[in-house]
Amino acid sequence: MKITVTVNGQDHERDVEPRLLLVHFLRDDLGLTGTHWGCDTSNCGVCAVWLDDVPVKSCTVLAVMADGKTVRTVEDLERDGELDPVQKGFSECHGLQCGFCTPGMLMTSRWLLDTNPDPSDEEIRVAISGQLCRCTGYENIVRSVRWAAEHPAVQNTSEPDVTV
Amino acid sequence: MQVPSHFEYERAADVEQVLALLARYGPEARVVAGGHSLLPMMKLRLAAPDALIDINDVSELSYIRVERDELLIGTLVRHAELLDSPVAAEHFPIFREAERVIADPLVRNRGTVGGSLCQADPSEDLSAAFAAVRASAVIRNAEGSRTVPLREFHVGPYETVVGDGELLTEFRVPIKPGGSSAYEKVGRRAGDWALAAAGAAIWLDGGNVADVGIGLTAVGAAHFVAAEAEEYLRGRPADDESFAQAGRIAAEHCRPTADQRGPVDYKRHLAGELTTRALRRAAERART
Repeated sequence: MKITVTVNGQDHERDVEPRLLLVHFLRDDLGLTGTHWGCDTSNCGVCAVWLDDVPVKSCTVLAVMADGKTVRTVEDLERDGELDPVQKGFSECHGLQCGFCTPGMLMTSRWLLDTNPDPSDEEIRVAISGQLCRCTGYENIVRSVRWAAEHPAVQNTSEPDVTV
Repeated sequence: MQVPSHFEYERAADVEQVLALLARYGPEARVVAGGHSLLPMMKLRLAAPDALIDINDVSELSYIRVERDELLIGTLVRHAELLDSPVAAEHFPIFREAERVIADPLVRNRGTVGGSLCQADPSEDLSAAFAAVRASAVIRNAEGSRTVPLREFHVGPYETVVGDGELLTEFRVPIKPGGSSAYEKVGRRAGDWALAAAGAAIWLDGGNVADVGIGLTAVGAAHFVAAEAEEYLRGRPADDESFAQAGRIAAEHCRPTADQRGPVDYKRHLAGELTTRALRRAAERART
């Protein structure tokens, strides 16, 4: 069936089978491979994207369910060549090792900071509790989100101790 | 790659349309909302419906409000919405406590309250919470609607009284003065299904228990209820001794089975201890 999904601000019209999962629609039909495909069982959360402004596991959403809706993926975090603070945080604090869970972690982190700009470590842990880091690098992921919270609109990462 | 088998997809805009689509597609159609129980089963081909009727746009089923002396919860309410609902927490803190330990934030953003109840998993948390607070379920069909006590809602594992051509639309929870509630769960790790969990709602009359509801999940309690423990508590002093005995009775009467989550004796122990703790905390809240 024909669907139109607004992904990262752009409308995409495609003819898809109803059984196509959103994660495969994004990766295979639209070529947005930043969103990863992991466990396929709603456990690992590497496929997290925003659907109508809330993060969901896109392996458990049908592409047809996104018809007429908006989707935001990790590709949308960078703006005009400038990384989002959460991306900078993961870079600054070694928040990624193999990087497989990173896109999902970034999308959840961005949403957390949009709804709760100054989360406690516990709140960060709860926010990412539906996501697995197979490198077990959770400590640094929490530090990375913390860093992003403390640097909400940094223009240049080389400047130390920038707070806004 | 896990791929569901073929199905027809329809999206409904309101309840009337859902019922019309259910009538058109017949018993092999399934309603889908969050899809976080159904889609995984379809991927594993444990479920292969001919048609999915998507109710995510049926916004008339998405509300939490108090009307007269009842808390009304539409079945399309997401877990995250029930978790964050001030009005639900004000009257029944059990919902916030149960929701906090259901799956994870991403699943809670998508999964719905009605979907969880209709999935009728024997380890599902809200089934115990709704049983504890003596909710009832409103089911719509072509003829009109019917209301079923939650304690008669589940027919067995993964089976409910919602029939072909019907749609679960609302939960109603009676609000009575002098009461409060609490939920206690033990799982193996964050976001996991319960090893055992207990929910308690209690209403006090001075120092005594005027009425009480005890819900249990994952331990084989009939209809998710510890009926014998409730019976014991009614009219007794609302004190630690009574709550400890109620826990023992609840443990004795449930029927847990051993699985990868734990052995029978451990689950039975948890059923008793969590019942006691939930009662104690619900009573503390009811006093203040």
